[in-house]
Order: sequence, then structure tokens, then C-alpha cells
Amino acid sequence: MEKQSLRKAYGDALVELGKQNSDVVALEADLGKSTMSCLFKDAFPDRYFEMGIAEQNMASTSAGLALGGKIPFYSTFAVFASGRAYDQIRCSIAIPRANVKICGSSCGLSDFGDGKTHQSIEDSNVIKTLPNMIVINPLDAVEVKKVMKFLLSYEGPAYIRINRNDLPVFTAEEGEFELGKLRTIVDGNDALIFATGAMVWKSVEAAGLLKKDGISAQVVNVSAVKPLVKEEILKYTAGKKAIITVEEAVKIGGLGAGIAAEIIGEVNLPFEQVGINDTFGTSAHGYDELLEKYGLSTNHIYNAVKRALNK
Amino acid sequence: MLKPEQKKELEKITLQLRRDLVEMIGIGVAGHLGGSSSLAETMAVLYFNKMNFSADRLKDPNRDRLVLSKGHAALIQYAALCEKGCFPREELKRVKKLDALLQGHPDLSIPGIEAVTGSLGQGLSISLGLALALRLNKSPARVYTIMGDGEQSEGQLWEASMAAANFKIDNLTAFLDWNSVQATGATKDIFNIPDLDKKWTSFGWHSINVDGHTVEAILNAIEEAETIKGKPTLIILKTIKGKGFSFAEGNPAYHNGILTEETYKQALKELDAIKAGL
Ligand SMILES: Cc1ncc(C[n+]2csc(CCOP(=O)(O)OP(=O)(O)O)c2C)c(N)n1
Repeated sequence: MEKQSLRKAYGDALVELGKQNSDVVALEADLGKSTMSCLFKDAFPDRYFEMGIAEQNMASTSAGLALGGKIPFYSTFAVFASGRAYDQIRCSIAIPRANVKICGSSCGLSDFGDGKTHQSIEDSNVIKTLPNMIVINPLDAVEVKKVMKFLLSYEGPAYIRINRNDLPVFTAEEGEFELGKLRTIVDGNDALIFATGAMVWKSVEAAGLLKKDGISAQVVNVSAVKPLVKEEILKYTAGKKAIITVEEAVKIGGLGAGIAAEIIGEVNLPFEQVGINDTFGTSAHGYDELLEKYGLSTNHIYNAVKRALNK
Repeated sequence: MLKPEQKKELEKITLQLRRDLVEMIGIGVAGHLGGSSSLAETMAVLYFNKMNFSADRLKDPNRDRLVLSKGHAALIQYAALCEKGCFPREELKRVKKLDALLQGHPDLSIPGIEAVTGSLGQGLSISLGLALALRLNKSPARVYTIMGDGEQSEGQLWEASMAAANFKIDNLTAFLDWNSVQATGATKDIFNIPDLDKKWTSFGWHSINVDGHTVEAILNAIEEAETIKGKPTLIILKTIKGKGFSFAEGNPAYHNGILTEETYKQALKELDAIKAGL
């Protein structure tokens, strides 16, 4: 499977949006070469603001730009984009529904070498608790581009999570991103796997292993952990024997908790959550080592499905 | 330059704003009298002389913007917006009541309010963003921000200060309401910042010191700021917290205090006495 950089896709898409709409501006906190917002700088130097290592100011300045009619995209590492500026996102951006797009780059465990200070395992959970915010986790480079196109037309604040590593591209170029819409990636009828971001590919691999055991698992891509639409979720549950959620985030307040809250009282099925336990990350030489350590590998998903089906 | 009749007019407005403050707070309810009252002259000059702003053009892209970074002083801005005709006077009586238009802190749902503030330290950053947007649009509009002296301890504000200088922003004028009192006491006792004015100039700003209770001085400073190119300007307003009300002047109890029937009546009486002397 061909792998592509989601970060490069973000930077390319940003440039594309900048060409389409002269109100698009980008802000960065000294990590433009990592987030790839540097591509926008090259294309539109007048509309690029290097804010220095000052994320709180970057968040509120973005809000001001939005109030002045611009469409700001600000990016930096996810931990800093979200947590460092939480109150700024809350007061300056979310309350007034400022049209600011926040890109949390190097999300989850994907910044494997830098360790726990840089691994944003809770950013999406925290941001989604803010009214007016939406949170989107693209699964591959193609979806990044679709999400970016969507964000240009979407009026309101949004948080998009970008993985640091190149990931397999397995979605089609055609079609548009639709907020709140779920999509089947692998069809199946025994187990139902709701996965998000990089974990969708891991779930697809797990479904392959399960198939060898004669178990058919449906893998559904949940691009947005917020909003989660109850009717959309319930479309997939009929006839299934178990539900498994898979996310690269702490389980507390994450995708699994969100899905569970929507289906409780509606469907009564065994439920398993694959996610990060209540713990911070650690450094490693490779991304997959971390996914293994924190219970997010293909095998972990495979085992979770088996456990759920045996309940 | 202000003509004598213009000066008198602004002073009358200032008195009216202070009266509105007292009436909004009312009896037995807490309200931010101190840090609102210290801004009455500045609000009068901005809204009734300087700013390109009117109630029938609240969405005009070229209107001047005022962002109250010390959002707890919202009452004085509400008083000014009401006098400008942004909403009916009845709304003043409902301030902070359930489902009222006028919220405890500035909200975009209120006609004439340009930014959500209340979490201190963010207003200058928002203003910087607005100023950048206006500059990109080649708009002649200016952005005004009002900060508190207690608020100066917020780190984000210094990020914004450096950024505004870095971007050579000159369509932004910030005010520092230097009333020397914050929420719980005198600023020098709570969190003393030596050489505050020098800090701003060393961060790349032009700075002007004025008496914040003299309308001509404020106006002259704003006009000087308009002539400064390639850098932002800070106008330091030397003010008195609770100005105009003898019991509240310099008294932290009226940062967000309750007016009793007695103090309420006294407040109005003191305003009447000033009015008689105008
Ligand atoms: C981030 C934040 N921390 C604390 C508060 C609570 N608070 C409201 S007003 C205030 C004091 C502000 O003092 P100053 O800036 O001097 O304002 P002024 O005295 O002019 O009213 C405090 C601590 C707040 N609103 N925001």
C-alpha cells in the first residue's frame, strides 16, 4: 500500500485554498517546516504570519483575523495548538464562533521520538467538549485534502488532527467530505468497528486477520469525533454481534465514550474500547513500537474484537 | 483640538455614562463600578468624538473597532453603546438578568460589541488579528484596545505586544487604564511591575502618558497615535478606580461591589453636584 504524508497534504491543501480564496491566511508558531504550513508561506508571504513561539497569542490573533473577515488556519504541534491555548480557544474562538481552523499537527503518539511532552493523546477529547467546536481526524492524505476543502466552506471554528507519519492511502480521490457522516471502509456483518484517524488502517488490517478466522468485521470510518450523529451510528448497528471503537487518544472522553453515549439504551451489544489508558506516552524509535505498547496495534484490535464477540 | 462646546458636550456624556453605570448596577447587586468608572472619559472621547462608529452601520467593514480587553468593565461600554443608540435604554435595567441582551461580559450577541472578552490577557491579541485583517484589506479603520494595569501580569499580553511591534502594526492603539488597583488590592501590593511604561517602549511601542480623566488630553493622545507610523502606540491613562464616587475612589471593595440604598443615592447625588457645576 502506498504511503503518503498527511502533513504535506495539509500544506498543499492550504496553498490550494489560498488560491481559491484570498481571505485565507495562515499562522504558525515556529514549526512551519514540520506542519508544512511553510508551503503557504512560500506561495502567499503576505498572508502568512509567523507568530513566534507564542501559541496563546496565535489563537487569539486568529480570532481577531476571523472577526475581521479573514479565514485563518493556525497550525503547530497538537499539544500546543490545543492545550497551550485552551482558554484562548474557549474565549476568543469558540464562544464567538470565530471562523478559525486549528490544525493540531503531529497528533497522538505520532511524534514518537519526542516523548510524553509532545504526544497529544487528549487534545481531541478536550477540544470536543467546547460548544461550537468540531473535531476531525483524517485517516489518510486524501482525506486531509477533502477535509480542508470542506473547512473552507464551513463557517465556524474547527480542529483538525494531522498525523506526523506517512500513512497508507486507501480512500478514493472522488467524493466529498461530509461532516458527521460515517463511511464503511470494509464491509462485514459479525463485528462492527468504529475507528478514527490512523486507527482506521489498523482496523482494516485487523479485519483482514479476523477474516482468516472466519469472522467478518465491518470497519467504519468516523472522520469527526464531533459531531457524532446518533442516527448515523445506528444505521450500522443492526444485525451486529459486538461493537468495538478504536482511537489514538485516551479513552476517557474519547470516541468510544462518545459512541457509547449515543447508543446506550438504543442497542444492547457487547462493547470494547481500543484506546490509550489513563497514562502519558513515552519516547520510542518508531511509531509502531508505541502503538504496540499502548494497545493500539492491529493485534490489539483483533483481540478486542474476539473478546467482544465472546462476551 | 476640542472647541469649548465640544469639550462641554463630552463632559456631559461622561456624566451620563457614570449615571448609567450606577443605574445598571442598582441596589443590592454586585457590579464592576471601579474599573468601569475609571474609563468614562476614554469611552466618551472614543465613541462620541474619535471613532468612526454608528449604530446604523454596525457591520460596516471600515468602522473603527473597540475591544475591551478588561472585559469586566463591560458596563461602561454598554452605557456608551446605549447612548449611541445600539439598543434601547430598557436593556440597561436588565443587565446580567437571565436571558438578558447585556451579558456579564462582552459578547458578540450584543450590538456594537466586537469581541468576546472576560478572560484577561486576550484582548490585545484579538485586536492585533483585527488590525492585521484591516491592513490586508487596506482599510482606513483603526483598532482600539483597553487593558487594565492588573491585567499586565498576563503573559499572553506580552506575546501580543511583541507581535504587534514585530508586524509594525500602526493601525492599533492600546490604552492602559492605570488606576493602580486590581481585584483584591493595590496593584503595587498584589503584583508590582517596575518600569511598566519602559517595558512597553522597550518592546517596540510608542507610548504616551495622559491624565485619563481629562477629555482633551485623551483626544490629543489618540491624535498623536494616528501620526505614529511603523509601530503601535500605547496610551497610558493615569486614572482613579471608582472615579466620580467618593466612597469608591481607590477602594478595591468597589472592584465588583454591591451598592446599598445609601451608596446608590449618594452616587447619584454626587453626579448631580458635578452636573450643576458644568
Ligand atoms: C484570566 C483571568 N484571570 C482572572 C480574572 C478575574 N478578574 C477579573 S477583573 C480582575 C482584576 C483586573 O484588574 P485590572 O486589570 O487592574 O482592572 P481594573 O482594576 O481596571 O478593573 C481579575 C483578577 C479574569 N477575569 N481573567
